[in-house]
Amino acid sequence: MAGRKGMEVSIAVSEAVKLANVDVISAYPITPQTHIVEHLSELVADGELTAAFIPVESEHSALSAAVGAAAVGARAYTATASQGLALMHEIMFIASGLRLPMVMTVVNRALSTPINIWNDLSDIMAERDTGWIQLFAINGQEAVDLTLQAFKLAEDPRVLLPVAVNLDGFVLSHVIEPVEIPDQETVDRFLPPYKPGIRLDPENPVSMGAFGSPDVFTEIKKQIDEALIGSQKVASEVWKDFGTIFGRTYKPIESYKTKGAETLLVTMGSISETAMSAVDLMREKGQRVGLIHIRLWRPFPFKEFFQAIREAKVLAVVDRALVPGGAGGPVGLEVKAALFDKQDRPYVAEFIAGLGGRDLTVEIFSEMVAKASRYAKTQKELRYEMIGVREK
Amino acid sequence: MAKVDALHPWKEAPLGCVISEAGNARKFKTGDWRSKIRPLTDQEKCIKCGMCWIFCPEMAYTLRTDGFYDWSSEYCKGCGICARECPKEAIQMIAEEE
Amino acid sequence: MIEVRFHGRGGQGAVTSAELIALAAIDEGQYAQAFPSFGPERRGAPVVAFLRVSSSQIRIRSKVYHPDIVVVLDPTLLDIVDVSAGLKPKGLLVINTAKSLEQIRKEYGFKGPLAVVDASKIAMEEMKVPITNTTMLGSLIRAGKVAKLESMDNPLAHRFGKIAERNKKAMQRAFDETQIKE
Repeated sequence: MAGRKGMEVSIAVSEAVKLANVDVISAYPITPQTHIVEHLSELVADGELTAAFIPVESEHSALSAAVGAAAVGARAYTATASQGLALMHEIMFIASGLRLPMVMTVVNRALSTPINIWNDLSDIMAERDTGWIQLFAINGQEAVDLTLQAFKLAEDPRVLLPVAVNLDGFVLSHVIEPVEIPDQETVDRFLPPYKPGIRLDPENPVSMGAFGSPDVFTEIKKQIDEALIGSQKVASEVWKDFGTIFGRTYKPIESYKTKGAETLLVTMGSISETAMSAVDLMREKGQRVGLIHIRLWRPFPFKEFFQAIREAKVLAVVDRALVPGGAGGPVGLEVKAALFDKQDRPYVAEFIAGLGGRDLTVEIFSEMVAKASRYAKTQKELRYEMIGVREK
Repeated sequence: MAKVDALHPWKEAPLGCVISEAGNARKFKTGDWRSKIRPLTDQEKCIKCGMCWIFCPEMAYTLRTDGFYDWSSEYCKGCGICARECPKEAIQMIAEEE
Repeated sequence: MIEVRFHGRGGQGAVTSAELIALAAIDEGQYAQAFPSFGPERRGAPVVAFLRVSSSQIRIRSKVYHPDIVVVLDPTLLDIVDVSAGLKPKGLLVINTAKSLEQIRKEYGFKGPLAVVDASKIAMEEMKVPITNTTMLGSLIRAGKVAKLESMDNPLAHRFGKIAERNKKAMQRAFDETQIKE
């Protein structure tokens, strides 16, 4: 299976999960994640992966089962999207609160209503505050690589937090493209077997999921916050190891043609690639435009973000989720909050685009950059703008 | 009032709020909650069925080798469930001296 | 980069068409992207699939709006779908039809490069089913040159196993029998 191959990204992700040698997969299908869990069930049934495949009755159970599995020291995995992720919501806080490492693939799909099976980031943005480490892939290769990295990051004794690996529904999950699948031996060198710390063990009984009165709650939350913040340093180490072994580098904020750029697009997920094509076109026309895409969303890499945008005068933030009645979009909010204390800060144009799978073309990105530049000239007080809304 | 020894500084708080000392609930002497009323078993009526032990929320009863149940003043909260559940009405809730 | 749009009906394998060619191109060392126009689909409904092939990394993920090539798997679609919508000025149309090049030009007014083959007939003769997705790939490869015919061997074998040979034969026949007019 190893080598460069054309394959559907969902299948590639399943292969990565297999290479990670997970112990427990708890699964409930939901479009567009289904190919991942279906393929995993085949791998387990065919004996290619030795794992307990638990088909559960709902996503709430899927995450609960993963929590239970991690609690006894198993390497646990699940995957979901949209409504399924929403159904897991209460357990999301519990997974991180109990300091249980696990990996979940979120195949980003819009949250209803209206019912919409297509891609946007509303599902994961609704889980922003759950204490999970959150990573974003922009293509099939990254989906594979981030999955492998996620286990190593989650299980590090300094971290012990669950990790969500995000990839765009349909746009990535159902696309066939070339992917490099590593061989088992190399993966084993990178990702050793999980060595749990505290776990449920009849020989050494402990209680997990304790009651925390007002006297102790704050300290536990502080611990989680610090662990999440501290996980960025571990992520850097994991990425360094990965780069050494596999030759592909990863950073919390990725920059594209930012040198000398006055205006930067700020994106997340696979639209970043289309946006890069737009940047190429604009650069050819002599426009000083670049792009950064956020790979590590939580914990937010403030230092790397400031470094990446230091030359920019204008930021065009492209959000794929709405914060209705609020400041526009979650990424815009984060960016503006991050910049609040800075004396010298760029103009931020916040755009909400591509909701519910509405296609984002190269032209639309050029349009957003043009708008951002225009608004910046007059320092227009724009809270946010929704792109492409039919007015007539 | 029972002593609480979980007020750790945040760096020392147990990860995930795990309770790693097995059975430490025993340290919490809920007998303090009892207020002047306690159960008393009449061994003439007792048939050693164990219902008091099964139903007690605080595990205040312990099985003795002779089949009767010992009652613990340290843990009993005086809720009266044992008296209510005893099939032989062998347990009475009586006033307790201070 | 070449962009291709496939028109078919749900269940005819338009998506598989795009996928197989993508796999062939990738095996050759090219970059390729294949994806359906996503959505809940049903048998018989007109569906669209997309393909991009390039010698360098493809960094566009939007739908294909201005294809270089359009492939039509089912002739009945010509009357209900504007298959040439967005097709680049010198873009190529590859159509499964029993009609001749001249007839198609006359009836539908297509001005640009055109390729026709009676894939339905070939598929029925070679495979006993009117599923033209693999057959039409022969025509696409001949007229559009997006990949080499030999590169299709592995993807076909992998996808179709025992019936790969039949598909290969149908594809070869379409390759040979396609009529092209610039």
